[in-house]
Amino acid sequence: MNFKQALTAVGVASLMATSAAHADNLVIATVNNGDMIRMQGYTDDFTAKTGHTVEWVTLEENVLRQRVTTDITTKGGAFDIMTIGMYETPIWGKNGWLVPLDDLSADYNVDDILPAMSGGLSYEGTLYAAPFYGESSMIMFRTDLMEAAGMEMPEAPTWDFIAKAAAAMTDRDNEINGICLRGKAGWGEGGAFITAMSNSFGARWFDEDWNAQFDTEEWANTLNFFNDMMSASGPAGFATNGFNENLSLFQQGKCGMWIDATVAASFVTNPKDSTVADSVGFALAPDTGMGKRSNWLWAWALGIPAGTQKEAAAKQFIEWATGTGYIEMVAEKEGWANVPPGARTSLYENENYKDVPFAKMTLDSILSADPNDSTVKPSPYVGVQFAAIPEFAGIATEVSQEFSAAYAGQQTVAEALEKAQALTNDAMEAAGYR
Amino acid sequence: MARATTKTRKAVVTIAAWMIGLTIFFPILWTILTSFKTEGQAINDPPLFFFFDWTLENYAIVQERSNYMRFLWNSIIIAGGSTVLGIIIAVPAAWSMAFVPSKRTKDILLWMLSTKMLPAVGVLYPIYLMFIKLGLLDTRIGLVIVLMLINMPIIVWMLYTYFREIPAEILEAARMDGASLRSEILYVLTPMAIPGIASTLLLNFILAWNEAFWTLNLTAAKAAPLTAFIASYSSPEGLFFAKLSAASTMAIAPILILGWFSQKQLVRGLTFGAVK
Repeated sequence: MNFKQALTAVGVASLMATSAAHADNLVIATVNNGDMIRMQGYTDDFTAKTGHTVEWVTLEENVLRQRVTTDITTKGGAFDIMTIGMYETPIWGKNGWLVPLDDLSADYNVDDILPAMSGGLSYEGTLYAAPFYGESSMIMFRTDLMEAAGMEMPEAPTWDFIAKAAAAMTDRDNEINGICLRGKAGWGEGGAFITAMSNSFGARWFDEDWNAQFDTEEWANTLNFFNDMMSASGPAGFATNGFNENLSLFQQGKCGMWIDATVAASFVTNPKDSTVADSVGFALAPDTGMGKRSNWLWAWALGIPAGTQKEAAAKQFIEWATGTGYIEMVAEKEGWANVPPGARTSLYENENYKDVPFAKMTLDSILSADPNDSTVKPSPYVGVQFAAIPEFAGIATEVSQEFSAAYAGQQTVAEALEKAQALTNDAMEAAGYR
Repeated sequence: MARATTKTRKAVVTIAAWMIGLTIFFPILWTILTSFKTEGQAINDPPLFFFFDWTLENYAIVQERSNYMRFLWNSIIIAGGSTVLGIIIAVPAAWSMAFVPSKRTKDILLWMLSTKMLPAVGVLYPIYLMFIKLGLLDTRIGLVIVLMLINMPIIVWMLYTYFREIPAEILEAARMDGASLRSEILYVLTPMAIPGIASTLLLNFILAWNEAFWTLNLTAAKAAPLTAFIASYSSPEGLFFAKLSAASTMAIAPILILGWFSQKQLVRGLTFGAVK
């Protein structure tokens, strides 16, 4: 080996050592759902582009929420990136627990993020988590059953129409329920649905002084309408049905209509799992003509806990996973129906994506939900199916338990509302809001 | 007549025992069956029992998506380590309580048991903060210590019960023959209590293997055992029951096999001292 070759060898070795020194291993906490699992499969692409490696911690949604909350509040540093939702992001951003994402590269094009998403993932105008995918809720219905009932689904129906259509489609002898909705206790299950529904009935959780509003006529109308319609046209035991139970019923042809997350559209139209895949139509979530629809808004987003030693690498990952390049890669390899929806404006301007049957309705649903103005009467909180305050999850879980007990016939709607009013006011008083 | 009554009684008791056994085992059987179904078959109504197209697809997907062996190895180290460490500490403790009791021994035993009455989540934050300070977060040694501590009351109680059955005179005789305390425990007491120690080991290994609160909350990517492996397949938004069942079957299989082969010791250990 001559001097020149030796010098080159030393140079190459130093370069490799330098790049190895800059290569980080990121630990990412995420939820178990189809889009997130798909992303894990493409990790090698990120490693090839940046040199950073990734270790995934995949957990069930509620376990994940508890796990990452414990870690971020104690500055545990177990994770470099966390998958969080619209509920946590503004609260954590306000507390300074997340790294602001205000210096992402120009190529990333942060302005391309749908305004509804960036608004819900920001605090005081600063983005704290980048949306991987976004969702709203909409009506999925059986076109064949609707036709057999002699009715036609409007693009933006009212709740009265839905109740009538549900009654017309119900066929108990053939185990067909006109409508399937979430009644299961839990702030993210039945609690999310009834809160979004209450918005369309003019109800709200709190007035501007943080007083609970369950003693109002609007809440009574919401709960009575829901309970009456589900008792007449819903499945038996609807008080314990959540997303998965209703998905199962719909896929087996036992629901005429189902109002739930837009992400479910890809499940019910997948012929591999759904027996009714070829006869599913979509419509906007219903309203009562008061100016607000009953759809929610949610995003699973990636945030960086403050204090991580790997902030630069974590930002690189976020740009890779939530950028347009990732969407194009998935589209090329798995088709446009499988790209993460609901996060970027450019996706809905893409001609190829317009052919996906549920694309337009998903976008319309997302655009019709405004977390900063979700109620008919003014309210002091941000959020559509939740109020973005730390106390909400605990309170809403208890309230939804009371509601589920009413659906199950264990108490009246009036009793459930009375208890909800008392426990909410007590909790808000204890927390110092009142 | 009496003979007929005895036969009838025996048949009824046998049938009842089988019914209870099958009822207890049914959830495990159903999980195993579901793991061989497609996601569509898993949610079929009416449920499909044995007559469906059996598939290994879920196992292949789980195997491809997760590093099962890493989770398994972590489970073995954590459950095994905490059990062995627990026994090493609990044998002398149970010896002193059984053979050299003080007037506070019963209070101490009850106090130890009372620690099991505290909901684990109540001490999550203090322990999490301690783990951060000590650098034990997401380490196997951290979990070995925690699981050893939470199972310690049960280990001490079980060993104490076994030791009480051993005549104190035998230990006295050993002492008179010049045995030191160490020799007395190691060479006299332990061999006589082997069945009890074995069943305590087994029960605590099972308890540590199945522990799902601390193992989920104190781990991330490195030390996560099979409980985290199962949790990664559960989802409230999406039907993944067949895959979840495959992951659960893979997670419980080792402990199920261990329990099957050691059931005699387990039953003997759990009923020891119950009937005199």
